[in-house]
Amino acid sequence: MSEPVISCRDLRKHYPDVKAVDGIDLEVLRGECFGLLGPNGAGKTTTIEILEGLNTPDGGEVRILGLNWRDDEREIRERIGVSLQETQLAEKLTVVETLHMFRSFYRNGPHPDDLLKSLSLDEKRNARVGKLSGGQKQRLAVACALVGEPDILFLDEPTTGLDPQSRLQLWDVVASYRRRGGTVLLTTHYMEEAERLCDRIAIVDHGKRIALGTPQELIARLEAPHIIEFESIPPLDESDFAGLPGFHGATKRGDRWLLRVDSLAASVPQLLGTVEARAAKLEILSTHAATLEDLFVALTGRELRDV
Amino acid sequence: MSERKPIRHPLVELTGVRLKEFLREPDAVFWVFAFPLLLTVALGFAFREKPPDRIPVGISAGASKQWIAAMQKSPALQVRVYSPEEGREQLRRGKISLFVEGTAAPVYRLDPTRPDARTARVEVDDTLQGGAGRRDVFSAKEEHVQEQGSRYIDFLVPGLIGMNLMGTGMWSIGFAVVNARLKKLLKRMIATPMRKSDFLLAQFLSRLVFLVVEVAVVVIFARLVFGVAIRGSFAVFALVCFIGGSAFAGLGLLIASRARTLEAISGLMNVVMMPMWICSGVFFSYERFPDAVLPFIRALPLTALNDALRAVMNDGASLAAVAPQLINLLIWTAVTYVVGLKIFRWQ
Repeated sequence: MSEPVISCRDLRKHYPDVKAVDGIDLEVLRGECFGLLGPNGAGKTTTIEILEGLNTPDGGEVRILGLNWRDDEREIRERIGVSLQETQLAEKLTVVETLHMFRSFYRNGPHPDDLLKSLSLDEKRNARVGKLSGGQKQRLAVACALVGEPDILFLDEPTTGLDPQSRLQLWDVVASYRRRGGTVLLTTHYMEEAERLCDRIAIVDHGKRIALGTPQELIARLEAPHIIEFESIPPLDESDFAGLPGFHGATKRGDRWLLRVDSLAASVPQLLGTVEARAAKLEILSTHAATLEDLFVALTGRELRDV
Repeated sequence: MSERKPIRHPLVELTGVRLKEFLREPDAVFWVFAFPLLLTVALGFAFREKPPDRIPVGISAGASKQWIAAMQKSPALQVRVYSPEEGREQLRRGKISLFVEGTAAPVYRLDPTRPDARTARVEVDDTLQGGAGRRDVFSAKEEHVQEQGSRYIDFLVPGLIGMNLMGTGMWSIGFAVVNARLKKLLKRMIATPMRKSDFLLAQFLSRLVFLVVEVAVVVIFARLVFGVAIRGSFAVFALVCFIGGSAFAGLGLLIASRARTLEAISGLMNVVMMPMWICSGVFFSYERFPDAVLPFIRALPLTALNDALRAVMNDGASLAAVAPQLINLLIWTAVTYVVGLKIFRWQ
């Protein structure tokens, strides 16, 4: 269960104005769901497209299922399924026609009728692609990726722009593919998606991998299970927090402080005391359990959804 | 439970998908099938056979009654009687081509720079001389060239078929390919094990299917309405159409191979097609161009196609007779397909 089915070392792709991928190492194991998490423009899509053989790296090494793109392109293509970020399938075709076309490209795979049933698209089989909802379109896109019964499924931002219910449906599709032993590599800028779906996550920023681990390991890196968000007038200084019990660090976002602490019960009263002692007025105070988002903020000083 | 549709060869699927996509696009169907028909109708009626118009001439009311009577008998003239002032006015305004005055001997008033004025002079003079008793030295026999195969409509229909094969072949492939590229559908397709050559071949095959329909529509219509016939072998005619269609499918593919936007492809299409519309003898014979450029014009695929179509339809040419044009078209097909596939931009 632990041979890597995707591996890349020191992957680089430099465009004239940006280093889209700047030395990324990854290993994805068989049966694993691996997530590339990062804000827009972090290099996730360039990375996944290099791994999918749709983009060529300037440097580094890629192996997919022990094969490489230069010598074994067709064999790899038979064994992977790909859903791109912005593909618009032909609008004039019906769902079942689209699937039959994609199915014809592969040696093996399920019959489109069976696939439609398992993705709850059966009642839409004769609908034109152009008439589908966003969620249905995305499920069809994933169906087109599954039609060759792939060993690895690549999903680039699979739920971006979808409503919560469609997102859940798509997560179910991914989960059931994994139950059949499939390996998934996905990119996302939704931390809930990464936490919920992925066994391991690489956080990517500015073309570099800045963290790697299971969601629990990554959150544990913050060494603090709780986050206090607060804002006061005038704002406090970082030195004001040094004495808080179980304090692990602070990040400033505008006028707002994000404090990482061991215990809310111990830290909050003392923080309020400090605010009072500085004769400051408390504007906002909220707390939550630490998430990957907080890790990203702690690592980069920016938020995942920054544009 | 209904029968499950079998998994078919990618070439069959890709071709079928192209056909369906096309048929579900009403605008495209109109431009491919209805437009050439409308064009044939319009041009066919504009140049239909009709007796030559009578030449409008005038004669002064003061002229000899004998002259007036003689001229009114001429089948070539349409004669009106005017007062001298009125007659000159009509002549100035171009309503008549010639005005006859005079008493003892006729005076012809005419503008010699007008082409019909010369004809009018010959006709009027002939009529008046004859009326005055001149005897013809001999009587020539006229043979009228109105046979099928040599009328303007016979010249026009093969040209329209050729132009149509060029236009629809290039547009349908060019637009479909660029549109799929814009929507990243091409990129999605090459993320599968699909053979790239299958994709491009399917574009060709689907074109050839439509070609049968679009050529048949024009041929049948021209046959029924204008009596334009295919004098050569039908098989040779079909072969010429297929090879011509392939050459333009290849050209469309080549033009679409790198274009990233619909604007770019439209511009390129016009740049490529415009010279052929003008030079390749669709509406008039390209032999009117200077001799020096004729070899270049003959090398154009539309010229080769039009020449071959005219030879087969109007002269009943054999396969051997149109072989040079077919070889020209096959070279265009092979070169555009190979180069197009090589430089094709999939994403």
